[in-house]
Amino acid sequence: MSILVYTENWDGKFKKLSFELVSYAAAIAKEMGLDLTALSIGNVADDELNKLGNYGASKILKVENDKFNSLDNKALSKAVVAAAENVGAKIVVFAHNNLGKALAPRVSVKLNAGLVSGVTELPSSTSPFVVKKKVFTGKAFANVKVDAENVVLTFAQNSYEIVETGGSAAVEAFDPQVGDADFSTVVNETNKITGKVLLNDAEIVVSGGRGMKSGDNWGGLEELADLLNAGMACSRPVSDEGWRSHDEHVGQTGKIIAPNLYFAFGISGAIQHLGGVSSSKVIVAINKDPEAPIFEAADYGIVGDVFKVIPQLIEGVKEM
Amino acid sequence: MKILVLISNVPDTTTKIRFTGDNTAFDAAGVQWIINPWDELALTRAMELKEAGGVEKITVANVGEKITEATLRKALAVGADDAIRIDAPAKDAFFVASQLSKIAGDYDLILAGIEASDYNGNAVGGMLAELLDYNSVSAVSGINMDGDKFVINREIDGGSQVLSVTGPLVAIVQKGIAKEPRIPAMRGIMMARKKPLNVVEAVDAHEKTSFVNFELPPPKAACKMVDEENAKELITLLHEEAKVL
Repeated sequence: MSILVYTENWDGKFKKLSFELVSYAAAIAKEMGLDLTALSIGNVADDELNKLGNYGASKILKVENDKFNSLDNKALSKAVVAAAENVGAKIVVFAHNNLGKALAPRVSVKLNAGLVSGVTELPSSTSPFVVKKKVFTGKAFANVKVDAENVVLTFAQNSYEIVETGGSAAVEAFDPQVGDADFSTVVNETNKITGKVLLNDAEIVVSGGRGMKSGDNWGGLEELADLLNAGMACSRPVSDEGWRSHDEHVGQTGKIIAPNLYFAFGISGAIQHLGGVSSSKVIVAINKDPEAPIFEAADYGIVGDVFKVIPQLIEGVKEM
Repeated sequence: MKILVLISNVPDTTTKIRFTGDNTAFDAAGVQWIINPWDELALTRAMELKEAGGVEKITVANVGEKITEATLRKALAVGADDAIRIDAPAKDAFFVASQLSKIAGDYDLILAGIEASDYNGNAVGGMLAELLDYNSVSAVSGINMDGDKFVINREIDGGSQVLSVTGPLVAIVQKGIAKEPRIPAMRGIMMARKKPLNVVEAVDAHEKTSFVNFELPPPKAACKMVDEENAKELITLLHEEAKVL
């Protein structure tokens, strides 16, 4: 018996998220006395696959079949289920990202499993299986009990420490035997975001709100983000006004992020905005209104004019 | 073509979250209920597709007790043609998806929100697709019809794609699917009273998860303030004290 973790790759490489995910799954496997198998679908070199061994995977099933490149949800779920059955998995763990969220519900039905999405901690009990997840968009947590024979989890990024075990994994080619009839998604066009730090991966995020006054005043924030290797974000009014792209909207109805450090410039901190950023480890708020609710959520704050503060911060970072 | 839009009845997004019964249940006292924001956008897009031609009917459906009918009526007022309420408490995502699978088989396109803003399950749309053996596309930020195909914009981790997918299909939608949610007009509210809202008995299904209890995040320590004229000090604090730079 085993735990299966689905490790997605990006152009043949894993990310910090992948290692965090494997570390998390390995800790559950250890607790339950099970093995950890990682499933990789796509063209990933064995050297890269072997890295997963260092985070606790003892076996890696690799599926190299270009048909899966279309990320067809039905076909990919079948492949994950085939792998789970192959290793007798009681628990399947996905990342709580676009692909994980797409596949986990389908896989849970097929495996007769209880699904808990967005888990943030190790299970508090494994029999019965009880695990904590975010609810009300980060405004609360729930302890969820699974009343089914199997468990499927999606794991919220940046909530578990990466643990290197020094172990190694056996790589095994695997054919999930998914037929052509199960592929119906045709990709006409793929646009990858390049040259920018992806918001979900960013350890530092620099975000601006209505206090930025227009779409023309973002040079300073971009410079600061660049210096800090940070992702750029914005509040909902900013993306609604078209000052910044919708991809950058963080908040209840936009992206939910959990960086180590979140800078909120000119963001009042409406409850919907806080829902998207409240899991950040440290929140810094700069706002001219001392009564702005963002200061209740923030760890550090400056009451003042963002346009006076930004150049000083840039200077401070350069001197660091 | 017929479109089914799944509706979740959720607390208004500005609701202060509280729990009762020794933190075992959400405190619904005084809560205003709304259509889940993503479902509202899905319904708006369904209306736009209907107005562009080729859609004969839009049905909205939910699983919930009688109290949730006000939310379905609102969806009818926005413009759905009819509504189905499956009469049972929404126990968990699998229970809800199992109920919906009994009424969803007649539709060419099923639109589900990426998550409900209450329990953030990210689950019902994908589970329903699996139960119906339909394909699903998640993180959908745009959808159009092209003959018997759907042309879909999908967000992937690190970019976006344009896809062609044949139906029947479950599209799990997020921000971008429609610009602004439609607000019901007075005429729509009047008409909604006469539109059919069919109550269907629940089928036997077992939930697979349950809430043991809830917790609120620990209160934050007071915000440490830095003077505007001395903003550089903030960088020093982040570097030396918080150790995040």
